[in-house]
Amino acid sequence: MRNGLAISMLVLLVAFPLAAKHWDQLFYVSFASRILIYALAASSLNLILGYGGMVSFGHAAFLGTGAYAVAILMAEGVTSAWLSWPLAVMVSALFALVIGAVSLRTRGVYFIMITLAFAQMAYYLFISLRAYGGEDGLNLAARSRVGFGLDLAGDLTFYYVVLALVMACLYLMQRLLSARFGQVVQAIRDNETRMEAIGFPTYRYKLICFALAGGAAGLAGALLANQNGFVSPNLLQWTQSGTLMVMVILGGVGYLYGGALGAAVFLILEEALSAYTVHWQLGLGLALLAIVLYARQGLAGLLAGSAAERR
Amino acid sequence: MATLILEQTLNGLQFGLMLFLLAAGLTLVFGIMDLINLAHGSLYMIGAYLVATVVRATGSFALAVLVAVVGTAAIGVLLEVTVLRRLYTRDHLSQVLATFALLLICNEIVRIIFGSQPMMLSMPDALAGPVQLLPGFYYPAFRLAVIGVGLAVAMLLYLLVGQTRAGMWVRAGASNREMAAAMGVDVKLLFTAVFGVGAALCAIAGAMLGPILAVQVGMGESILILAFVVIVIGGIGSIRGALVGALLVGMVDTVGRAFLPMLLRSFLSPAVASGLGPTLASIAIYVLMAAVLFWRPQGLFPARA
Amino acid sequence: MHRAIVSVALAFALAASAQASDQVKVGFMSTLSGPGAAIGIDIRDGFNLALKMSGGKLGGLPAEVIVTDDQQNPDMGRQTVDKYIKRDHVHFVTGIVFSNVLLAVAPVVFDSKTFLISANAGPSLLAGEKCSPWFFSVSWQNDGVPEAAGKYMADKGFKNVFLLSPNYPAGKDMVAGFKRFYKGSVADEVYPRLGQLDYSAELAQIRAAAPGAVFFFLPGGMGINFIKQFSASGLSKEVTLVTTAFSADEDVIPAVGEPMLGIYNTGFWNHDLDNPENRTFVAAFEKEYGRLPSGFAAQGYEAARAIDAAVREVKGKLEDSEAVRKALRANTFKSVRGPFRINRNGFPIQNYYLRVVERDAKGRITNRTLSTVLKDHPDAYAEQCPLK
Repeated sequence: MRNGLAISMLVLLVAFPLAAKHWDQLFYVSFASRILIYALAASSLNLILGYGGMVSFGHAAFLGTGAYAVAILMAEGVTSAWLSWPLAVMVSALFALVIGAVSLRTRGVYFIMITLAFAQMAYYLFISLRAYGGEDGLNLAARSRVGFGLDLAGDLTFYYVVLALVMACLYLMQRLLSARFGQVVQAIRDNETRMEAIGFPTYRYKLICFALAGGAAGLAGALLANQNGFVSPNLLQWTQSGTLMVMVILGGVGYLYGGALGAAVFLILEEALSAYTVHWQLGLGLALLAIVLYARQGLAGLLAGSAAERR
Repeated sequence: MATLILEQTLNGLQFGLMLFLLAAGLTLVFGIMDLINLAHGSLYMIGAYLVATVVRATGSFALAVLVAVVGTAAIGVLLEVTVLRRLYTRDHLSQVLATFALLLICNEIVRIIFGSQPMMLSMPDALAGPVQLLPGFYYPAFRLAVIGVGLAVAMLLYLLVGQTRAGMWVRAGASNREMAAAMGVDVKLLFTAVFGVGAALCAIAGAMLGPILAVQVGMGESILILAFVVIVIGGIGSIRGALVGALLVGMVDTVGRAFLPMLLRSFLSPAVASGLGPTLASIAIYVLMAAVLFWRPQGLFPARA
Repeated sequence: MHRAIVSVALAFALAASAQASDQVKVGFMSTLSGPGAAIGIDIRDGFNLALKMSGGKLGGLPAEVIVTDDQQNPDMGRQTVDKYIKRDHVHFVTGIVFSNVLLAVAPVVFDSKTFLISANAGPSLLAGEKCSPWFFSVSWQNDGVPEAAGKYMADKGFKNVFLLSPNYPAGKDMVAGFKRFYKGSVADEVYPRLGQLDYSAELAQIRAAAPGAVFFFLPGGMGINFIKQFSASGLSKEVTLVTTAFSADEDVIPAVGEPMLGIYNTGFWNHDLDNPENRTFVAAFEKEYGRLPSGFAAQGYEAARAIDAAVREVKGKLEDSEAVRKALRANTFKSVRGPFRINRNGFPIQNYYLRVVERDAKGRITNRTLSTVLKDHPDAYAEQCPLK
C-alpha cells in the first residue's frame, strides 16, 4: 500500500506541471517549485530535529547562507550552477560544522539559545554587507546556468530540476537513516547516556549529522535564491527558523516525509487561506497549538496511525 | 563629551531596566516551571495596547497603566490555567512550538481588534518636557520616570523575593521544584501567581516603552529575543541575574550603537560606519552570550542548586 | 495526501474564476502595516477616491484593483508582485511606498512588460542610466524635495547643519539631493536603521555636535517618534528643525500635535494650492474621509488619474504597450499640483514649494504654502537616461 501511494504521488508530481501549462496556470508550477524547495529545507531540519533529537532554532541561517552564496557569486559574475550550487552546499555545511562544534557542547535549552544566537549573528552579518544590498536585499540578475540546453528561466524546466534534486536528497536521507550512521544517531536521540556508555563518540555523530543537515539546507537555499530571484537577510531571521520548525512538527517529527508533508500543507494552506482573509495566521496558530497538545506525531503520524488501524 | 557619555549612560540604564522588567518574569517562569515561553513578548504587546486604549478613552495615563497591569495579569493567568499548564511536563520543543503558536494567535487577534496600523500613544503631558540635570544638560522627564519605575520595581521584587515567605517559596521552587513540592509548597498556586506577576511586569514595560517606540502588532518579537539573551547571561531562575544581565545587555547595545559608529567614522565613510556600528553592537550582545555560556554555562547567577 | 490534492484543486478553481478580459487590472501593493502604514493608507485612500469619482472605472473600462500589504518587506513585495503578474495578469502595478521594496520588485515588473506607476518611491537608481520605458512616476524623484530644502537652507544662511536620514536607498538619495543645493558646513551625518523608533542615541549626538539646525528625512512613524522625542529632550530651544513634507504632512501632524508648529518643510504639493483640480480634490477628500489630504493621498489620486487618462487615450487597447507608453509619457491629465510634465526617464518635471506648519483660520494645525523654491525642476539624473 505504501508503494502504491508513493508511485501515485510521483506520477502526480511529474504530470502536474504539464497540466498546469495546458491550462495556462504557470504560476502554480512556480508555487509547486517553492513547496519542493521548502520540503527539502524542512526535511533537513527533520534530520537533526526528528531523527537526531537536536532542537536547533537557527536552521534558517544555513538556508540563508546557501542562498546568499549563490546570490553573491552571481553578482560577481559566477553564473554556473555547477559551481555555485555545490559551493553553497559546502559553505553551509562548513558553517554548520563550526556552529555545531560550539553548540553541541551544550544541552537542552542552552543548545536552543546558542543556535538561535548564532543565527542572529549571521542575520546581522548579512545586514552589514552593504556591498551586497544589506538589509534591502540583493537581486539576482538571472537564474543559474545549468547547460545541456536547459534554461532555468522557464518555470517548467526549473520545476523538474528542483524535483529531481529534492527527490535525490530525500532518497539519500532515507539511505542514511537506514544505514548504521542513521541508526546510531536515532539511538543517541533515544538515550544518549546509554550510547556513550556503550562507547560511541556521540558528539562526533551529532556533529556530522548537524553538518549534513546544514549542507542540505544550503542546497535548498541555493534553489530558493533561484526561485525568488532575490535574497535578503530576512531569510535568516529567527522567525524563519520557527516557520521551518512549524513545518516539521505539522508534518510529523521523525517521519521520513514529515518535512515534505509539513511544508506542502503549510504553504498550500497559506496560499489558499490568505486569498480569503489576511488573518490566516490565526488559523495556523490554532492548528499548530492543537497539534502540539493533542496530535504530537503530526499529520504523518495521524496518517500512519490510521493506516495501521485499517490493517 | 562628558554630557554625551552621561546621556548615553542614562539611555543604556533606561533600556536595560526595561529589559529587566521583561526578563524578570521570563526567568522566573523558566526557572520555576521550566517553561520556555515565546508568548512572553505578546503579553508585553497586550499591555501596551491596553494602555493605549485606556489613554484614548479616558486621557489618564496613570489609570491606563493600572488597568493594563491588572488586565494583562488576568490574561496571563487565563493563559496559564488553560494552555500553559499542560506544557509543564512536556519537552522543550513542544513548549517552543506551542508558545510560538500562541504568539501567532495573539498577533492576529490584536490585528483583528486594532488593525495593522500602529496605535498612537504619547507620553503623559506632565512628563513630556525636559528636566535640567546639570547646567546646560537636559534629559527627557519621561525617560527619567522610566528609570525611576524600573529601579522601583527592581527594589520591590528584591524585597518580595528575598524577604517574604512567598518569595521564599519562589526561590525554593526555582532551586528545586520537586523538593519544594515535597516540602509542602502549593506548587500549582505558586506557578499561577508567578505567571501573573510576570505578565504584570510585561504590562509595565509596555506602558513605559509604548510612548517611546510604537504600539504595533509584532512589537514583542524583537524585544523577546533580547530578553532570552538576558536570562541566559544572567542565569535562569535568578532575579539578580536578570537585573545584571539586563543592565549589561542594555549598556552594550546603547553604548555600542552610539559610540561604535563614532569610532568607525575615524577610518570609514559615515554611511558605512552608520551601518556597521549598530550591526557590530547587535552582534556584540550575542558574542557576549556565547562567551558567558562558554565559561559559565549556567549563567552569571544560577538559581539552580 | 487527499487534503493536499483537494487544496490544489481548490486553488486552481479560484484562479480560473479570476480570469476576465475587458477590464483594467491594477495590482496595488502598498505598506499598510508597521510604522509606514499611514503613508500607504493615504495613498490607497487617494487612489480609491479617484476611482470612486470615475464610477469604479479607469479610462471607461471597469477596474479591478487588487490591494495587498507588502509589510515594508522587499521579500514580501517580491512574492506579491510575482503573484500579480503570474497569477492575476495585471496591466499596472502601483502604490509602492518604500524605495527598497520598489527596487526589489522593479526587475520583475519590467521583465514581464508590465507598467510600474510609482505613487511614492522615486529611487535615483531608476532615474539615470538604468531608467526603464516601463516606469512612470506621478510623485517625484527622491532627490527633488530635499533639493528644495537644501536651497531654502542655503538661501537663509543656515550654518553647521546636522543630517539625519535612514540607511536605505531613499535615505541616501535625500542626503544627496540636500547636498546638491546646500553647500555650507555639515556638523554630522547619521544614518539610523530603517524602522528605528528610539532616537535617544541620535539626540545625544545632536546635543554633543551643537549644530545650528537639523535637516532630517524620517518617513512615517520614524518621524513622529523623532519629533516627539526631540521636543522632550529640550533641544528645541537651541536647534531648528527643517524637514521634507514626508515628515510634516497630515499623517504626522495629528500624531505629534503642537510640537509641529513652526517647522519649515518642502514638498511638491499642498492642499492650499489654488487651482481647480486641487480644489475639487481637497473638497472631495474631506467629504469622503473627514480629514485633510496629505501629499501621499494626492499621489495616490494622481496615480489613478494617470492610468485613467492613459487607458482612455488608447481607447482600452491595453495590449498595445507602445501606445500606452506614449499616452503615459504625454501625460494628458491636469494635475492637482499645478505645472506637471513627464521627463524622458518617466519622472516628473514640477515645482517644489516651501511650507510651514501653523494654525489655519479654522484653528487646525496644518501646512501653509509660503513660496516656490524650485520652478519647473527636472531631476538631476534625467540627462543620463538614454530614453527619449
